[in-house]
Parts: sequence; structure tokens; C-alpha cells
Amino acid sequence: MMPYDLSPLFLSLKVATIATVCVFIVSIALARLMVRKDFFGKSFVDALILLPLVLPPTVIGFALIVLFGVNGPLGILLENLFGFRVVFTWVGAAIASFVVSLPLMYQSALAAFEKVDPRWENVGRTMGVSEWKIFRTVTFPLAWPGILAGVILAFARAIGEFGATLMIAGYIPGLTETIPLAIYFAYEAGQMDKAIFWVVIISALGVAAISWVNYWRRKNAIRIGRE
Amino acid sequence: MTAGMLTVNFRKKLDHFELAMEFSMKDEIIALIGPSGSGKTTLLNCIAGIAQPDAGSIALNGAVFYEEGQKPLKIQKRKTGYLFQDYALFPHLSVEENILYGTKKGDDLTHITELSKLLGIAGLLDKYPHQISGGEKQRVALARALAAKPDILLLDEPFSALDDDTRALCQQQLQKIHERWKIPVIFVTHLKADAEKLADRILKVDRGQMTEQRLTERGGQFGRQILEADPI
Repeated sequence: MMPYDLSPLFLSLKVATIATVCVFIVSIALARLMVRKDFFGKSFVDALILLPLVLPPTVIGFALIVLFGVNGPLGILLENLFGFRVVFTWVGAAIASFVVSLPLMYQSALAAFEKVDPRWENVGRTMGVSEWKIFRTVTFPLAWPGILAGVILAFARAIGEFGATLMIAGYIPGLTETIPLAIYFAYEAGQMDKAIFWVVIISALGVAAISWVNYWRRKNAIRIGRE
Repeated sequence: MTAGMLTVNFRKKLDHFELAMEFSMKDEIIALIGPSGSGKTTLLNCIAGIAQPDAGSIALNGAVFYEEGQKPLKIQKRKTGYLFQDYALFPHLSVEENILYGTKKGDDLTHITELSKLLGIAGLLDKYPHQISGGEKQRVALARALAAKPDILLLDEPFSALDDDTRALCQQQLQKIHERWKIPVIFVTHLKADAEKLADRILKVDRGQMTEQRLTERGGQFGRQILEADPI
């Protein structure tokens, strides 16, 4: 018998998983674009993607409320198109997690793609192979260790997101109560046992993730190493 | 445009000088010799489509690779086999996967089987690049460059990292392949002995300029005509 309701764990895993999947797709596309193309305003786009790294979570939460709130442009659009509200829902928590974890994954993917020797891609091209196949079979597999590190970082950041989540999703037990929120409100209510329980759970998740990445890297170090 | 012929006549601004190349070739072996940084690799890159000239033209077998003012032909459509310096084998793919990388399902692979036997790499197919020697890497990279049946073979310092015995073996194999395939081969080297032994014609490049062009003992009729028409 578990001492506490485990819904914060399941909600946190759901929110972090969905945010990480979205971050993964967007970051790969953005990093690939930034590595391969030069365009006007590239530095500005780069700075914009990395901005959440240096902003306080409250500013991100505030910006999300302005955008997705009942009177925000995206909030009105979603309400009119799908009859759907983001504020005070788990989707709001997922969006907050997405925004704060995007720069971490993006930076890792960018560094990983930059490390792939362009000669390998050129070999594929001279053999008549399409850009998509080269990306799928050469660039991505060779960048994968760096990308994987980014995925883990992004997931850890997403599951630990607190400030922006609290502002856009609020604290509604059973609905928007993620592990960080559960820890904070348990502490506020003087429920130290409950706070410690969730601290141990979230720390265990972090240690497990890092240990797995380290194991995977050791296992694959030789095969994916350069000639 | 003459069929079966490479014509190169272009200029490209590099950091410290301008690369200006003008020559034509048939199914000969041409050696490009010259000091490091003289523009030899850039020339190969311009033919392969990895780099683009600023002006002039490059054409092979009637296909225009580059013509000033036109969109350059995509690398994928140039049918060039390129052996990069240090070979650039895909480290995460086996030797077999490296060689077959450019082939499609249903392709006739007879020539690849022949190549593997000729180059003595049939026993290495399930190994990974980090598990084979420098000479073996060179032969695998050569097989890979030829696997997609290119119309021209470009080799960037193909023998530089090899010991004398392996170098002689690899050169012998390259000559055999050239005799069988009859395609233009350009190889970059900084060693005069390699150039004399393998090439029909030697082009000496220094600071982007072709400073000397001459036939070796192997040199054929076409090379002789070229030199008579345009001696440098």
C-alpha cells in the first residue's frame, strides 16, 4: 500500500514525456537548419531559442499566460478552433515544460550535428544518395550520443519544471499537480514526510536516467567512435 | 562536347590566392602534385560539387557540372567516385554496409563482388572500420567509391598513410581497376614517385596555378595531343 496518492508521479511522467517528444522533434529540425543554412537574422533566432535559459521561470509563465490565457491570441484561437483551454490544465504544464527544456535539447543537438564530419555526408552525396537517407543513416546515428544526452537533459528539466507550470497550470490536486508542485505545497502545508517522499522519487528518476545514459555511452563508445 | 571527356576551366578565389585550372582528360590517370594548400583538394571538390567555382565551367561526358551563371549540377547527379583523404569510412557501418551504401534494392551487385575479390577485402565485409588496418581501409574506401559505378574517380592522397609494401599493393590494384573500368582518374599526391609510377600525365599545381604539365612513360595518345596543343 502506497502512503500517498501517486497521481503526481504519473502526471509528471505524462507531461515530461509529451514535452520531451515535442522538444526532440522541434530541436532536431531547428538544430539541423541552424547547422546547414545561413540566413538573415540567424543569430537573433538562435538567441530567441536560448532565451528561456536565462529568463526567470516567472517571466516564462507570464509570457505563456499572455499568449495562452483566456484573452491571449493563442488562447482565443485554441478556444475558437477546438473549444479547448490551456490554462489550469495539464496541457499548460506540458507547454511550460516544452518551453523551458527546448534550449537544452537544442544546444545538445546543435553541438552533436556540428561534430559530425561533413565529409561523411559528402561521401553519401557523391554516391548519389538522397539528403534524407544521408540524414537518417549517417548524420543522425553519428550525432545520436549527443542528441541522447540532450533528450535526458530535456526530460529532467521538463519533469522538474515548477515556476512557469505553477503560473499557467496552477495547483489543482489530481489535475495539474506535478511532483515539483506536490513537494512545494507539501512543504508549505508542513507535510515533511510527503515532501521527502516526492524528493526521493524525483531524485531516483534523475539518477536512473543519468546512470542509463552513462551505461549506454560506455556500451556504444567503440562502435560509434571515429575510425 | 566530346563524349567520355572531362573538361575543366574555372577560377575560384581562395583565402590567399586564386585557383585557376584549365585542362581536359579522357580515361587517363592524372596525378596532381604540389605542396600542401596549393588548391589540389579544392579542385577535386569543385569537380565533385562539394565546392563551387566562381567562374568558368566543368563538364564530364556531355553533362555540365558547372557553368558560370547557371545552377550547378547537384553532387548526387555527378556520378563521381571520391576517395577522401583518411578515407572517411562511416564508423558506425560495417565494411559491407560502407561499400553498399550507395546501392539500392534490386541493383546488380556483380561488379561489387568482383571489386571485393580484386581488392582482397572479401574477408573483411562484416568488420567495422576501427577493426581493420590502414591499407584495408584504403581498399574498402576505393571499393566504396567505385560501388556506385562512377563516371570519374577522384582520389585525395590515397596512399599517404600507407607503408611501402601496402602502398605498392594498393597502386597495383588501382592500375588493374583502371584497366578494367576505363574511366578518368585524378589523384592528388605530394609524392613525385607515386605520380611517376601510376599516372599517364602529371599536373603540377602551386598556389592555385598549373605550373607544369607533362606525360609520364605511361602517357597515352590523348595526353600527347593535349601537350602538343597546349604545352606549359
